[in-house]
Parts: sequence; C-alpha cells; structure tokens
Amino acid sequence: MSVQASPTLFMAMATAATATSAHPDVVSIARVAPPSSLRRTRSKEMWARALRVRFPATLNRGRGFASKAGPQGKVQEAGQGTHSPRLATQGAGRVPAAKIEHLERLALVNFGSREAVARLEKAIAFADQLHAVDTDGVEPLESVLEDRCVYLRSDNVAEGNCTEELLRNSHHVVEEYFVAPPEMNPQPRNFPKNGQHSYLNKKAHLYTPAHILTPEI
Amino acid sequence: MLGRTLREVSAALKQGQVTPTELCKKCLSIIKKTKYLNAYITVSEEVALKQAEESEKRHKQGQPLGDLDGIPVAVKDNFSTSGIETTCASNMLKGYIPPYNATVVQKLLDQGALLMGKTNLDEFAMGSGSTDGVFGPVKNPWSYSKQYRERQRHDEHGDSHWLITGGSSGGSAAAVAAYTCFAALGSDTGGSTRNPAAHCGLVGFKPSYGLVSRHGLIPLVNSMDVPGIFTRCVDDTAVVLGVLAGHDPKDSTTVQDPIKLPMILGEMDVSRLCIGIPKEYLVPELSSEIRSLWSQAADLFESEGAKVIEVSLPHTCYSIVCYHVLCTSEVASNMARFDGLQYGHRSGIDVSTEAMYAATRQEGFSDVVRGRILSGNFFLLKENYENYFVKAQKVRRLIVRDFMNAFDSGVDVLLTPTTLSEAVPYLEFIKEDNRTRSAQDDIFTQAVNMAGLPAVSVPVALSNQGLPIGLQFIGRAFCDQQLLTVAKWFEKQVQFPTIQLQDLMDDGSLVLENGKLTSVSLT
Repeated sequence: MSVQASPTLFMAMATAATATSAHPDVVSIARVAPPSSLRRTRSKEMWARALRVRFPATLNRGRGFASKAGPQGKVQEAGQGTHSPRLATQGAGRVPAAKIEHLERLALVNFGSREAVARLEKAIAFADQLHAVDTDGVEPLESVLEDRCVYLRSDNVAEGNCTEELLRNSHHVVEEYFVAPPEMNPQPRNFPKNGQHSYLNKKAHLYTPAHILTPEI
Repeated sequence: MLGRTLREVSAALKQGQVTPTELCKKCLSIIKKTKYLNAYITVSEEVALKQAEESEKRHKQGQPLGDLDGIPVAVKDNFSTSGIETTCASNMLKGYIPPYNATVVQKLLDQGALLMGKTNLDEFAMGSGSTDGVFGPVKNPWSYSKQYRERQRHDEHGDSHWLITGGSSGGSAAAVAAYTCFAALGSDTGGSTRNPAAHCGLVGFKPSYGLVSRHGLIPLVNSMDVPGIFTRCVDDTAVVLGVLAGHDPKDSTTVQDPIKLPMILGEMDVSRLCIGIPKEYLVPELSSEIRSLWSQAADLFESEGAKVIEVSLPHTCYSIVCYHVLCTSEVASNMARFDGLQYGHRSGIDVSTEAMYAATRQEGFSDVVRGRILSGNFFLLKENYENYFVKAQKVRRLIVRDFMNAFDSGVDVLLTPTTLSEAVPYLEFIKEDNRTRSAQDDIFTQAVNMAGLPAVSVPVALSNQGLPIGLQFIGRAFCDQQLLTVAKWFEKQVQFPTIQLQDLMDDGSLVLENGKLTSVSLT
C-alpha cells in the first residue's frame, strides 16, 4: 500500500486512532499507575488531540521533502510525498562496459551477472540524490572525533613474536614466508644459471616474512 | 535465576545460592533446546565449562572478580576470539582462528564472564535481517512465543512462517531473548544492535563512538562502527558498559576521558528533562501501532513534568543516501585485506596473483558483500571521488550539525521509533534484496552512527500480533550514562512483558505467573 502524505492524511490517521482507542485490543503501553493527581481518563477527543498536538507540522506538510535543501528534479520525481528517498529507477543510467571492467580490476571482484551490474546502477541512482543538497562552504567530515586530540602510542615494538600462530592461518607457507603466485606479467629477471637459484625460478614467488607482521586483521 | 538482573545473579553467586557451573550448564542446555533458532555459529562448551570451574574456585575463596564473574555471555562472530573460530558468517573466514582476543572480549573474560559461544549474523555485518550469512538465517524467538502463536490462525502453526530477528546482530539478540545468556555483544554500524533489539524485545545499546574499543572488531565502516550491548534490562547494560568503556591504547579512536565507575544508574527527576521529537522521523511508512506508541511515550514524559518539544533534523531524508555512499566506500577499503594470502579462504587457482585474489574473493564473498565492494569502488574512482565520497562527507557534517542544533536548543534526549514495523516473516523479508531492505530498515538508526551519538532501543509493548516494539532514545555524545538513566526510568514505566517461550515453559525451565518470570529450574 503506498501512502501519500497530505494535509488530510494525519487527520485521517488521528480519526482512525480515536475510533480504536476505546477498543480493548488497541496497543497501549502498560504502565504502573501514575500518582492519583495525574490519573485521568483519556477521552476519545483528547486522544485525537494528543496525536495532532504531538505532530502538528505534518498537517501543513505538502508533497515532496520539506527541507531547506530545496529538492530538485530527480529527487522530487523519485519520492513524491514521502520522506524517504526512493529508487529513481527511471533515472538509473547504464554503466559502460569499460568502466565495469575497470571496477572489476580495481576491486578484484567480479560482477558475475547482469543483475549485479543492474544493482550497481540502482545504487548509483540512489546515491545521485545527494546532489540535491547544497553543501557550499561545508567542509567534509572525516571523523566525529575531529575536535579532539586522539592518542597515538609511541612507535615502539610492544608485541609480536607470534610467527607460528600467524603462519598457522595461511594455506600456503614455505618456512617463514607466505607464498603468493607470480605476478600477471612479470619482467624478465637475470638470475644466474647455476642450480643455486633454481628455487626462485619455480612457480612460487616469495612474499611477506611472517615475523614482521602483527596479529590483527 | 535466568529471569534475574545481572546484579541479582551476581549476588546469588557470591552467596552460593547458585554456582557458575550450574548456570553454565543450564544455559548450555537451553542453547541445545533452542538450536532451531540458529542463533549460534560456534558454541564454546568446553571453554565455558572451564571458565565456570575457575569462577567457582574464585567464588569459593570469596574473591569474585566483579559483577560479571560467572555470568554467561555471548559474542557476535565478527569479534576476534583467541582460539575460537571467527567467521563473520562468511566463507572467506570459515576456519579462521584468530590468535588474539578483541579488547571488549578480553575485558569480559578478565571479569570472569563465561563465553557461551559466537553468534550468527549477516555476512560481515551487512544487512538488516540476519538472513544473509553462510550459516543460514536466525529465527526470532518470538515466532515461537505463546504471545505470538495464540494470535495466529491455526493453519499457520507450521514452521514456515517464522519471523526474522532483524540485523545484523540477530544471533546475539536471539541468544539473549531465548535466555541462553545474560548479555551479548553485537556491533552497530547503521543500527545493527538497535534493530534486532527492537524486534526481539531487548535493550539494545549503541555507545558513543570513541567510548568503547573497536580493536578486534572486524571492521565494516571504521568511522561509524561501535560494539553494541544486548541485555534484558537497562541496569544490565550499565553493568556491561562499565566493564567495556574506556580508552584502549590499541584503538586510537577511543577517547581518553576518565569514566566514572562503577556505572550505577541513579534516580532521575523527569521534570527537569527535555525530550525532543524529530518531526522528520514521522514518515508514512511507519506502522500506525508504532506511531501510536511513540506518541504515548511522549505523553508519558510530559505527564511526569518533562518538557517535550518538536525539533527538526532537516537533512534526515538524505541521511540514508549519505550513509549508503560512505558505508560502501569504507567497506570497499576494509574488504581489500581479504586476499587469501595470510588468512582466510584461498582459491585453488594459482596461475597469477591477480587471478588468485579475484577467485578467492569470488568464492569467499557473497553477492551482497561483492555488491557493496563494487559500489564503494565506484564512488571512490578518481572521477567520482569529489561528487560522491567527498559530497557524502559534507552531507554527513550537515547531519551532525542538525543533531547539534537540536541538542543546543535545550534538548537532553531525542525520542524516536527504532524500526518501521514489528518483525516480519522471513518469507516476506526476502522479497526485496539486501540493499533495499537495509535502506528501508536503517532509516531511524543510521543517522545516529554518522553523528557518533549514543542511542538505545528500549522494548515498550507488544503489537496487536503479540510481537515486541521498541523505541529509541538518542543522547548527546559521551552522555551515555545520562541516556541510560532516562531509558531505565522509561523501562520501569512500561513494564514490557516476558517472552513466553513454549519449549522452555513446557519442560519447566521457565515458570511464569501473570506474565512474570517467577522461577527457573536448574535441573
């Protein structure tokens, strides 16, 4: 059911509420009896009035977002009469194939299907609603702790020496090294031809020594 | 014992009325009985029993460590636990055994708490239903409550209509709601603790950003993540927070302000309180029942002398969009560490580093996670960085300013709904995809994470269907104790009913009289 907010809506909701307030099944907060001076019976009128008084602004709320950040074009078409931004499916642009490939390469994650690309397009359309906000003169916020001097500990080795434990979690280790496959297009290297370095000529490529790592993910 | 508060149980343990081993065994048996809820990924039975033994020794010597000594707790599976598998409900970390404890876990253990196990979640805490992890969805214990079942038609008594817990910390919520432990840790990035707390009838607390250490919490969004606390009453939350809060040298985003301990919530003079109602939170999608409860709650404060005023948070409608951009961007960065080399899943494809990384991440991550990584990478592309990522950071500042303005106008605490509706059936929930659901369900909760404010969801009443509904209180930054004091007063007024879990009542584990827990059998 899609609900359009309108000046009469809240009145309608309030009326509905009054109709049910006397019904035994209506949801209400079961609470300890207030002191007798505050104990009063809620008449149907008071109930409706309470709801109206509580949220009077909605009576004057027209369509679209009531926000100083003047909604324009896309936003209004996306979510008329509601407070929550909707998917602007009409505005969802297609992401070009080259960009898809580029993203896959950067993220090292495959899209895998047309649906996944469509989901990205919807996500972008959703994010596009930000452009309706006026942020002139506003600095980006990186951390809510920006006004504080946060603690930095001194650059001393305080823990570690857990090589065994760290190596245990890896699927492919050689002595104290994690092993990675070779690069995609390795540059030719000039290794001596004697047998001493034949190990390096094998498929495995040495990676990071475990002993310089700390345990945290 | 199970129906008591943490302090009461702690006192009972000190007096020898019950032993930690008895408590531990009871909780383990309930875990077994409620296995169908799928709340736990790993049950650390041996560890818990050993801890119980040690706790018992301490109690016998009259030297308990504190209020949490001997108390069963559970931890969400995205907190690292030394020697215990930590999976984040993902194939990427199946079999991963961390070599260290998260700071918050260490703090609980240092106080003698008994670790019952690691709870289920949405994969990498991405989601609002606890339905998207590789170990399957979590079922809301209230689906099996007498209160819910007696209001359903007879032909719906089969198991296919079970309800979601909400997410992403659904396992922790289910674990506490089903009496398998007294408290559980969750995480809260966009509402992941408050949402399931509301759906499961629990107190779900999100501390101020910077109050509790994130060291060992596998990160989702570094600038918004916080550990969250689930308990059955507000006093218990204060006990746990008192243990967890404080500066951690291993997490430089924790502040160094001193914290008054122990955290005891005193009485409050409601007539000196100013409650703010953000008008933009009254959205048409909000269920009429919750709207009504919200209004009644406001009236309740007013009738006790508090000042209740309407406030405006004008950028509310953009906050979910802003959250979406910042969240996916930080996720893209945080998920880059999973390449299969040092830990976690590693693909068999060994042709080249890139091929191995790509295959590992394809095999290890679900669609949801991959989708967020790709979206995030899109927003972080050089050509998009200013228009999306930096833009979102600017909008974030506007949202933070909105909250500051509201508090500066004299408001002490904001009162809002936590969720749009009560818990929905799983079959209903999965009709929309993860991102859509998250955008819908996080609507009242994520702005709080962007501003780093403390917030708590308190269970208020049962809906017409017999399901829990919670309301959210939002406080000023680092005024967590004051926030909890308000929540405690409110909790006392509303007297939310105990869940009547058929299974536990049938075998005599829980005995209720007039909806109140009177006793628990420990055999």
